Amino acid sequence: MGRARIYLLFLLGVLVTWEAAKFIGGDPWRYFGWEWRPPLKLNVLNDQGLPHLWDIVDTMIGPYRRNADQSLFVHLGIKALYTWREAAIGFVLGGLLGMSLAAAFVHSQLLERAFVPYVVASQTIPIVALAPMIVFFFGNNVMSVVIIATYLTFFPVTIAMIRGLRSPDPRALELMRSFAASRRTILWKLRLPASLPYLFTALKITATASIVGAIIGEGPGAIQGGLGWSIIEFNQQYVTNPSKLWSAIFVAALLGVSFYSLVRLVELRVLRGRPEASAG
Amino acid sequence: MTDQPVVSLAGVEKEFALSGGTTMTALTGIDLDLRRGEFVSLIGPSGCGKSTLLRLIGDLTQPTTGTVTVNGKPAPQARLDRDYGMVFQAPVLFDWRTVEENVRLPLELTGQERAARDARVREMLELVELPDFARHYPYQLSGGMQQRVAIARALAFSPAILLMDEPFGALDEMTRERMNSEVLRIWEQTGITVVFVTHSIPEAVFLSSRVAVMSARPGRITQIVEIDLPRPRGLETRESRRYFEMVTEVREALRGGDGGAAPDASLASIERAEAEGVIG
Repeated sequence: MGRARIYLLFLLGVLVTWEAAKFIGGDPWRYFGWEWRPPLKLNVLNDQGLPHLWDIVDTMIGPYRRNADQSLFVHLGIKALYTWREAAIGFVLGGLLGMSLAAAFVHSQLLERAFVPYVVASQTIPIVALAPMIVFFFGNNVMSVVIIATYLTFFPVTIAMIRGLRSPDPRALELMRSFAASRRTILWKLRLPASLPYLFTALKITATASIVGAIIGEGPGAIQGGLGWSIIEFNQQYVTNPSKLWSAIFVAALLGVSFYSLVRLVELRVLRGRPEASAG
Repeated sequence: MTDQPVVSLAGVEKEFALSGGTTMTALTGIDLDLRRGEFVSLIGPSGCGKSTLLRLIGDLTQPTTGTVTVNGKPAPQARLDRDYGMVFQAPVLFDWRTVEENVRLPLELTGQERAARDARVREMLELVELPDFARHYPYQLSGGMQQRVAIARALAFSPAILLMDEPFGALDEMTRERMNSEVLRIWEQTGITVVFVTHSIPEAVFLSSRVAVMSARPGRITQIVEIDLPRPRGLETRESRRYFEMVTEVREALRGGDGGAAPDASLASIERAEAEGVIG
């Protein structure tokens, strides 16, 4: 069976389970004069908590606001691209920062001992506590969101790269020494290529984390062009129209999966020929 | 000039610091001169410091006292001048590089122009009889083929001395004998000086012009056996009466040097040193 077919079959399974749960424990179904009263009544499964899939689809293909030409799906798609741009810049900056820190730490025990505790401590501060300060420093603009996405991405890259840059066999390092290779050459020709599988593991984590960072960052920064702002807006409308927030959730998830897949494609290309490339 | 030894060790002693402030003498009283174009094997029980001695010659570790002179220069200068080629027990190939890219690695460090470099890589692959595998990745090759790539890489920038640390220890007996003949052919073609660490008596006798027999606790050279078997050596050599006589002579030299059981304390300290990775 092809991989695409497995994915589709599994997706179908999830959708069927969704509706089956509503059939057992949701609100009454009333269609074309036919009525079904589910035997159980569970709050999480009623039309407020878990809308029918066709209601969500209906909301998505409908206009994003009264009398608008654009459908909600297209509208959210444009906002998703906006958020993705912020996330991608943060992803790249965070990746570069993480790699630089790791390279510094691997070459200097002093730097490692002095700074790693702060790097770790920085990650224990919740982003909601930090976001107002970042907005205060960088202003109500996209830069603030990028900084927040950077902040959420550099840490996994730093930790993975410290490990990755140290991963070469000690004999490989001796071999480079026997070639009279400089530390810089050893970094470029040995440590860095050896660390790439570790780097991509971290980048797959940060691809999704950077999107979460960008979505969260749009709130305090009052950036209205992205998905984060739509989510805040639809949060407030949840009681009257829960399908709108669910639509935003689906689009955000789609964005995360797409960014992850993009990184995975690059990984397969970069690590081709290596035995570990095939392991996801 | 030709009378000057390629490698000269004088009064070399090597101590390792163990945890807890104690030291272990890995090598003591090493005086050894290697003639140009010679094939010398170092043989002895584990813990006799034969690998350490090889690493001292290659400036991968430094003597506590005494001097190591290579081509009339101190060993560190010889390493910077790229006088050494190194082959370890494991091939230590870079798995992200193809066979030809692995062989090219040392040449990339010299800043040689591309055409000359590529020609040299081809020449080396022909020397180890692997020109058809240039584009393969290491994991696609057998253990013996991988070790041949490692030899090609070590010889790429025409070093004066080839240092081999139990290069065929991980191979099966059949492959090992074939590799022995390969190495002899390469040695005869290139006229390089080889220092070869092994714990196989037949291998040492078959390959060498001289065998330095070592004993442990503390590591020292107890006897140097001249191997006067005619060259070129082949299958007939391994079946000749003189070959068996030489094997017996080396075996007796090994037994004579360190026949008695070692005191438990020093055995323990050697095992500790091995566990701590200071000797191997």
